[in-house]
Amino acid sequence: MIQPGSFTAQLNGLLSGLLTVGLILALALSACGRTPSPAVPAPADPILILATATGPQDAGLLDVLIPIFEKQTGYRVKTVAVGTGAALQMARNGNADVLLTHAPSAERVLMREGWGRDRLLVMRNDYVIVGPTADPAGIRGIPSAADAFRRIAAARATFISRGDDSGTHQTERQLWASIGLNPDGQAWYLESGQGMGATLAIASAKSAYTLTDLSTYLVGRPHLQLEVLVEGDPVLLNVYHVITVNPERWPGVNYTGARAFARFLVDPATQEIIGRFGVDQFGQPLFYPEAGKTEAELGVP
Amino acid sequence: MSLIWEGVLDAIRLLMGDDPEVWRITLLSLRVSGLATLISLLIGLPLGTILALGKFPGRSFLLSLINTGMALPPVVVGLVVSILLWRSGPLGSLGLIYTPAAIIVAQTIIAAPVVTGLTAVAMQQLDPRLRLQLLGLGASRLQMVLTLWWEARLLLLAALMAGFGSVISEVGASMMVGGNIRGQTRVLTTAIVLETGRGQFARAIALSVLLLALTYIVNLALTWIQQRGARR
Repeated sequence: MIQPGSFTAQLNGLLSGLLTVGLILALALSACGRTPSPAVPAPADPILILATATGPQDAGLLDVLIPIFEKQTGYRVKTVAVGTGAALQMARNGNADVLLTHAPSAERVLMREGWGRDRLLVMRNDYVIVGPTADPAGIRGIPSAADAFRRIAAARATFISRGDDSGTHQTERQLWASIGLNPDGQAWYLESGQGMGATLAIASAKSAYTLTDLSTYLVGRPHLQLEVLVEGDPVLLNVYHVITVNPERWPGVNYTGARAFARFLVDPATQEIIGRFGVDQFGQPLFYPEAGKTEAELGVP
Repeated sequence: MSLIWEGVLDAIRLLMGDDPEVWRITLLSLRVSGLATLISLLIGLPLGTILALGKFPGRSFLLSLINTGMALPPVVVGLVVSILLWRSGPLGSLGLIYTPAAIIVAQTIIAAPVVTGLTAVAMQQLDPRLRLQLLGLGASRLQMVLTLWWEARLLLLAALMAGFGSVISEVGASMMVGGNIRGQTRVLTTAIVLETGRGQFARAIALSVLLLALTYIVNLALTWIQQRGARR
């Protein structure tokens, strides 16, 4: 049935074939990876985990800022864009070193509980209510976001919520709460459970309203059949803070690196880059640098 | 429809141009999933063979576990590996979370049962008299196993292809344990999710075309080896 003498030869054929593939693979592997070594000597603990809201990542701002920081300091930043709710939880569990988040009230709770060490204001932009051009709830140009939400509910017009405990979602929930209305379970109130870009795409496809930060909307606008209907209400202020995780709670965190990153974000040179970011492409900044100001000065509720 | 066409044109432009990031992402996908598949082969080939040929208590139970493992949802693997590798987790001190190594670990857990299960099936397909004949001809155990693997080579290569296919295409585990970090752990599938979320559909389609092309090339190479083996 078989000749035991020939199987070694056959096996050789198979193995040489596999070896060829392995070699190709190995060549491909050796060619990739290896980022250029930084200009300055690496710090003792060079790995820094940044848990961030999705806004700055989706807008592309972090793609600009992180390489500058890495080059200046030799740190290697692991940016995890998880949304503000998850980022705050990562701080509580000691799974992140530094946060960039935009939910002031939840952040204050985190600080009060002692999970964070420093909290510095970095930048702001605005939330806007976007919706279909037809505007079935008739909210165009209304100055009050709360009134707009009331009309959307009254018209039972479809509204897409992030539903993911992100900073945007928390702001949206606070708006519903401010008019004493709980939209949960209503047929017109849908939760996407996804990031802002994906949620805007869903709102566009469903001709629905949603609350968004202006930057993500501007980046996605070419593909969206949505327009800005309500803007400028002070409650629609979107403020980003950088928070370092408290090393007394979690001795394993890279506090030195976290502090270096926080300082970098509020540095005047970085603030200038933030203020210029997006101007070429969108004719307006996506984020306004506000380091050094207090929340009260900006009018954070 | 024009969007897809645009995306395909964009893919060609990306490939022709010198966008180093696209190549880096593609090569990282190949490296991570290729290594995970190779490790799965090193685990699955002996384990599947023992499960198929061995006679020991609990064999059927183990096989049923492996067969269930073939349907392991990548997000569940991602969640469990994340919890283990997080700094607060039991293996946190290894510092593996958000590294390519973490993705390789997760993908190996996904691919190993596939390779093991299909190896076991391949070995059980063989005529049991073949083993007796080989031993009767004076083959050593190693020679016998090597010959059996050779006889089952077509199915074993199919197992390898299925293992690779299960990990090159998964996104849930890579996203959770890798974190989709630019320049470090961003692979093709997680990059596609990111670009879609950003509304950059043309770029997402371009990366999808690359992913399909990569999967095709790897399977073409494996099929070529398989069919070369079949003609003998």
